[in-house]
Amino acid sequence: MLLTLITFIPLIGAALLLCVPRSMEGAHKWFAFGVSLVPLILCIPLMIVFPYGEPGFHCAALVSWIPSFGIDYRIGIDGISFVLIILTTILTTISIAASFESIKEKEKEFYFFLLLLETGMLGTFIALDMFLFFVFWELMLVPMYFIIGVWGHGERIYASIKFFLYTAFGSALMLLVIFYLYFEAANQLGASPSFHFENFVALTLDPGIQKWLFVGFVLAFLIKMPLFPFHTWLPYAHTEAPTAGSVLLAGILLKSGVYGFLRFCIPIFPQAVIAFSPVLMTLAIIGVIYGAMVAMVQRDVKRLVAYSSVSHMGMLLAGILAWNLQGIEGGIIQMVNHGLSTGALFLIVGMIYDRRHTREVSEFGGLSKVMPVYATFFMIFMLSSIGLPGLNGFVGEFLILLGLMGHSIFWTILAATGVILGAAYMLWLYQRMMFGEVKVEANRELKDLNRREFHILLPIAIFCFLIGVFPYPLQKTLEPAAKQIVEYIQPHLTAEPWLASIPLPNENTSPSINNESNHE
Amino acid sequence: MGNVESLSYFVPELILTVAILIVLFADMFGMERGGFDLPGGAALLGSILALISHVWLYSQPATMLFEGMIAHDMFSAFFRGFFLLCTVVVTLMTMYSMEVIHLKKGEFYSILLSICIGMCLVASAQNLIMIYLALELMSLGSYILAGFSRRIGRSEEASLKFVLYGGVSTGVMLFGLSLLYGLTGSTDFSAIQQVLISSEKGIDLTAFTIFLLILVGVGYKIAAVPFHFWAPDVYEGSPTPITAFLSVASKGTGFALLIRLFYSTLLTRSPAGGFWVEVGDIDIDWTFHLAVISALTMTIGNLGAISQNNLKRLLAYSGIAHAGYLLMGVCLLTDVGLQAVIFYLVVYLFTNLAAFLVVIIMVDTQDEEGMNGVRGLWARTPIVAVAMTICLFSLIGLPPTAGFVGKYYLFVALLQGKLYWLAIVGVLNTVVSLYYYARIVKAMFFEPTYTEEPIRVHPVYAGLLTALVVPVLYFGIFWDSLARYARYCASLITY
Repeated sequence: MLLTLITFIPLIGAALLLCVPRSMEGAHKWFAFGVSLVPLILCIPLMIVFPYGEPGFHCAALVSWIPSFGIDYRIGIDGISFVLIILTTILTTISIAASFESIKEKEKEFYFFLLLLETGMLGTFIALDMFLFFVFWELMLVPMYFIIGVWGHGERIYASIKFFLYTAFGSALMLLVIFYLYFEAANQLGASPSFHFENFVALTLDPGIQKWLFVGFVLAFLIKMPLFPFHTWLPYAHTEAPTAGSVLLAGILLKSGVYGFLRFCIPIFPQAVIAFSPVLMTLAIIGVIYGAMVAMVQRDVKRLVAYSSVSHMGMLLAGILAWNLQGIEGGIIQMVNHGLSTGALFLIVGMIYDRRHTREVSEFGGLSKVMPVYATFFMIFMLSSIGLPGLNGFVGEFLILLGLMGHSIFWTILAATGVILGAAYMLWLYQRMMFGEVKVEANRELKDLNRREFHILLPIAIFCFLIGVFPYPLQKTLEPAAKQIVEYIQPHLTAEPWLASIPLPNENTSPSINNESNHE
Repeated sequence: MGNVESLSYFVPELILTVAILIVLFADMFGMERGGFDLPGGAALLGSILALISHVWLYSQPATMLFEGMIAHDMFSAFFRGFFLLCTVVVTLMTMYSMEVIHLKKGEFYSILLSICIGMCLVASAQNLIMIYLALELMSLGSYILAGFSRRIGRSEEASLKFVLYGGVSTGVMLFGLSLLYGLTGSTDFSAIQQVLISSEKGIDLTAFTIFLLILVGVGYKIAAVPFHFWAPDVYEGSPTPITAFLSVASKGTGFALLIRLFYSTLLTRSPAGGFWVEVGDIDIDWTFHLAVISALTMTIGNLGAISQNNLKRLLAYSGIAHAGYLLMGVCLLTDVGLQAVIFYLVVYLFTNLAAFLVVIIMVDTQDEEGMNGVRGLWARTPIVAVAMTICLFSLIGLPPTAGFVGKYYLFVALLQGKLYWLAIVGVLNTVVSLYYYARIVKAMFFEPTYTEEPIRVHPVYAGLLTALVVPVLYFGIFWDSLARYARYCASLITY
């Protein structure tokens, strides 16, 4: 019930928002802000109720939706979705607050779409019925299309269409695979077919067919993530979207791709995932390095941050593909971290854009003298994105690299190069924008952060420090879910010869390792 | 059943007949000048009454009427409801449309109602002569209505093209029917089946020729590739309410004809239940041939739509693509496929009529049916823009609209029939269609308008638009009732 409330209150709020007359200027944003606070506050009882450290799905609910086809409203959360729900509610509230001054046209519709988007995002994370999941997954698409297309900048129309086509293409194929699995489930498990995803997990699929199904299924998530070479929609969408859109795109929508990969792909197609993981790993690492290199040469700040996302998401996926607890946990923690720090960086960029209406790096310089508070926040998030110890980014990256190390030293070295490049482009960016003399006259008059902006950034900064210094609660929350994923994948690991030679951290799974330890 | 007893199953058609007479009568007194459109009112009332009266049919068991000329089964009851609902909507559209306001309305409505009777008969005919007569009744009416705006050149052109294409293809089809008669010596469906079941081997080639020849006529009606060339021109030239009627009701007739004719002559219901098989020893690869046509139809329809700037032409190509989607369900020859087709037709009715209503509003208020008319529509009339968006999303097949559920059923049927390649073609086509539908959405919401002047929508149109769009959303979320209805209606009479 709690989950349902959290998910659907934004939808109800969005419907009510439409009833607020257009003449009441300024009321819409406050109304939307108020609505978005409700799920955020409801997360507190959720945090109390949630049984930390216990595996399986909690807070579950089941209502029959379309009985004749076995489609249910089946929801439930584990550690991963729990964390992502909290992240979503926080970031939505923040992005609504961040739009107060930057959105001046068609306010009512803008906040309507934001609230609709929130329902879509939350629904994606709670759905356990594949059909329900798909509905929410598509529900995320439409509001974001409008947010980019109507309120975006510059090439917004091209960006929105590109975003729409790419993601819709992926999900169309995913839908077919879902149907196929549905019929397989009906054949194999007999009786009443349903879209319950655990039914799909229980299937035994022929490895040959499994590979094809996997390709159709995973493409939707890889595009959303996005993995190199499916990333080309991202720089456009992120750059041209309004600040709130960029924050939610980077913070939540990209995560939904990883989430889908973890939640559905791995349990349903374990053998195919293993078979494809060399390919995926290669692409992920290419993404890490390519994203970082391209980010380095960007002249537009927002584009730079967008490309840094490509790099970070590649790193995150590489961690998961290490197939050990550290790597997967690191990957999930990095999901949260990336949501916070990149989201915050987009906010930072949006704030300077509101003042100067340009995002060219060369237009700035010496801002730290004019806007000290702004510069401080920028530094915190920049360092968090780089992965400085003591800030959140470090925890995730450390775990990922640790996990990768247990998998293959070759990939670890390449991934670590990405970290160094990441530090390079971020520090260089900061240096060019913040230090030195004030070169452009217009920058002398810039006002520092106002109270609203300060309070938007403050909670994110606090979270960055909290996770950085004291990651234990987060890790504890995620551990059962991460273990579950490892359990899904480990029985299949030894089946692939290319992996058999790699020492696995969890010793009792690989017979070859057991033999070696016996010798000792 | 005898002729007199059968009349009780014929009430909708009888009501329509009476309505036609009243419309002509009302028109004679020229009462439509000035005030209320009396012939229109009579036609509307008649079709609504007929629609209500057809509900009774669902409770009656399947039976033969008029000495076996016509069948009453759930399939025919469904299509009567489909055509009548379509007629009601189109009558309402016509009553307030500026395009046809200066024309002789009385003739217009009486022809519209006659077409509707013809369509109802196509869906229930059990005899080759009957089905051909019914088909001609509706076709001739359609030719006239397509050219109804006599003074406009392209309307004339539309009508002429329609007649020429229609004449040739129905002629070819008639040749197929006569071959069928020559082969079996009977025009009655059940007798034809009897003969074919006990026929000797070696009639494959004849059967295949019959199949092809009849397919020409049917393919023309549903605008399937390669018989689709008339559709864009005719759709563009006809008065918009008629275009709406052609795109929904006429396409529906094509499918009714296809299913009725093939499923009860050359095919027979398998004793195992759940699917149809070829009669006797005939061996034509039905599924494959229809599937290829389906794949071609949707691909060419979607590719053709991409470059269109005229909304009516664009919707014509989108209609061709949808004929392809619907054929996916037909070619399977299964119950599930038939249910999916029926489900999709209902969804298509609401969605497409609503989309055409938006075009009518565009044409009426600014005499513009191109992309320019919808540019910046959101600022000028938000309700219409939102309604159009919902329709377009439903045509694409995005949740939570009914179009998604319709596609869902079609793909489910395909996967169940193990026709994977067609499912993949269908999905890829959906993505292609996304592009041109999204172009309209883009124009409505993102692009600047040439004038900020708000558009005033006639209250009747606003009400009608709402009434059409609400089901699109409702069936997108709670479609169990509609699915059950489709399942109930997907039953043809068996001998």
